[in-house]
Amino acid sequence: MIKIEKLHKSYPIGKDSLHVLKGIDLHIKEGEFVSIMGSSGSGKSTLLNIVGLLDVHDEGNYFLNGQLIKDMNEKKAALLRNKFLGFIFQSFNLISYKTALENVALPLYYKGISRKERLKTALDYLEKVGLKEWAEHLPNELSGGQKQRVAIARALVTKPKVVLADEPTGALDSTTTDSVMDLLKDINDEGMTVFVITHEEEVAEQTKRVVRLKDGLIISDEITAVGKSKAV
Amino acid sequence: MFDLDRWREIFQSINKNRLRSVMSGFTVAFAILLFTLLFGIVSGLSNTFKGAFVDDAQNAMFVRVWKTSKPYKGLQTGRRIQLKNKDYNYVTDEYASKIQYQSARIYKNFSIKYKNEASNYSITAVNPDHQFLEKTIIEEGRYLNERDLNEASKVIVIGRLIKKDLFGERPALGKRVNVNGSSYLIIGIFSDDGGDNEERKAYIPLTTAQKMYGNNDYVSQIALGYNPNLSLTEAVTFGNRLERDLRSKLNIHPDDQSALSVRNMAEANKGIGQFMGILYAIVIIVGSGTLVAGIIGISNIMIFVIKERTKEFGIRKALGAKPASIVAMVVQESVLITTLAGYLGLSLGTYILSLIGDSLEENYFIKDPSVSPGIVIGATVVLILSGLIAGYVPAKKAANIKPIEALRAD
Ligand SMILES: Nc1ncnc2c1ncn2[C@@H]1O[C@H](COP(=O)(O)OP(=O)(O)OP(=O)(O)O)[C@@H](O)[C@H]1O
Ligand SMILES: [Mg+2]
Repeated sequence: MIKIEKLHKSYPIGKDSLHVLKGIDLHIKEGEFVSIMGSSGSGKSTLLNIVGLLDVHDEGNYFLNGQLIKDMNEKKAALLRNKFLGFIFQSFNLISYKTALENVALPLYYKGISRKERLKTALDYLEKVGLKEWAEHLPNELSGGQKQRVAIARALVTKPKVVLADEPTGALDSTTTDSVMDLLKDINDEGMTVFVITHEEEVAEQTKRVVRLKDGLIISDEITAVGKSKAV
Repeated sequence: MFDLDRWREIFQSINKNRLRSVMSGFTVAFAILLFTLLFGIVSGLSNTFKGAFVDDAQNAMFVRVWKTSKPYKGLQTGRRIQLKNKDYNYVTDEYASKIQYQSARIYKNFSIKYKNEASNYSITAVNPDHQFLEKTIIEEGRYLNERDLNEASKVIVIGRLIKKDLFGERPALGKRVNVNGSSYLIIGIFSDDGGDNEERKAYIPLTTAQKMYGNNDYVSQIALGYNPNLSLTEAVTFGNRLERDLRSKLNIHPDDQSALSVRNMAEANKGIGQFMGILYAIVIIVGSGTLVAGIIGISNIMIFVIKERTKEFGIRKALGAKPASIVAMVVQESVLITTLAGYLGLSLGTYILSLIGDSLEENYFIKDPSVSPGIVIGATVVLILSGLIAGYVPAKKAANIKPIEALRAD
């Protein structure tokens, strides 16, 4: 599903440049549930953004669903994002003037689906994350956990092949963290590939594979206990 | 291209961000309002000046004589100048190619009497062309014709108000009135845009007046309409030449304005033309200044608006929005706001102008101020186009920044 070879990424800082990813090799197959860990500044978000086509890499190869990602213009990237990818951000990134339901329905608008069907599907997904009653509320009327569940519903509504989550539980307490993780597990059980960044060992433990980054390199890549038990 | 979903997105964005929308709309509405008022007031001024000259034909010229004020060739000052038929004939023959209408005038003041009603009126004896020189409008019957002149008929064309004075609501056409003791047949009744005075006048054939009152060939004034093919400058030259020519013919000092003068509408027209030219030049400068200010205003607001929305655009792109759809959304929103606001400014301006109406005519010479729709539509189109460009340039830029950078924006 995701295949990365010798990936490099630097950020220009004034005249110098900061080498963030220094040759990453990573292969994630369809249906995997992978977490990335690593200290702050190790390049986790950078990697996820490149995988999510929100940013571009400098060197190396990246294949998404078998397609080489190279010289991608914004239009093509938008199409691929809409078709294959769902995003969950630490800061939710809901549109503040749209209701929960409208936020969830928005990716379907860019897919060209009719309004009636959009709203119906969006409501189904809100129900799935347990927020059907909150459909008409604006984001600032929701708690952090509720917002993140709306964001998850929005990431899922297009039935993406890969869900990318950058510290989805970073802003949540332990109870809401558990409910979000349960949702991600359900998604994965339905066959979606889930790729999640986290700082919390308890979160990583619930995924099937943990990749650890340090200074722009992968230092370990292990199947978790959960992963082993599921594999059997 | 009508995309209902896109419009729904735009209406929501406008509705949920009212302050922002009102701000950008206000600039446009204000610019168009100022523009409308400015043009309205100038057109009001222009109406006043045009209206001041409706009494006579635009191409009228009048040869007037009085007493000499300068000695000339041994002749004394204070000599009374008298025009005669031969002078009239000389002018109309000599300058035939430069003349469209021609008429001599003799002024009389007589009582006109019908049954028991009688009153004094100014009566002018004229040639048939005089109708066009004075812009007399025939309401009933007809004006004087060549046959009346040839036969020196005792016929009279009376003003609408004379008819009202003497006949009231009763018919007057075909009736006979007594003018200074002799009986005249009313052949026509006229009105005149020059005001009430002009409608308390009566016209009789020139020849009749010469025969009945003095039995001479005297003429009080010569009225001409210069050939409309002449340019204003040519017409002014013609007037000056005619003036010099007649002065020399009548032994008048070449500069004796009092003895003989030609009043030429061409000169007045030229003056008005220049004045209006300057006025319109000012309006164009001030008007385009207003528009430019409006354009700069919209551009600034759009830059601000798009900056504010960069993060939203990033989110939309992460969800699969193509750059073009973001640009189209912003531009459509900007055009919608400018159009509505422009229309609002225009309506408000037109409404204010209609309230002003003729109330400023007395003191400020502004009569019936209004704007031609063409000019306002033009101005609105300019603003819409600038709204389009003002929206397009920054939106295009915003839509092309990497989504990750857009998402990081705050
Ligand atoms: N746009 C940017 N311009 C310059 N430097 C950047 C930019 N984005 C990230 N960096 C730098 O790149 C390095 C890696 O950043 P990244 O966000 O990938 O780290 P991270 O592993 O996600 O850290 P955290 O756990 O704190 O989120 C950091 O040193 C950061 O300062
Ligand atoms: Mg990060």
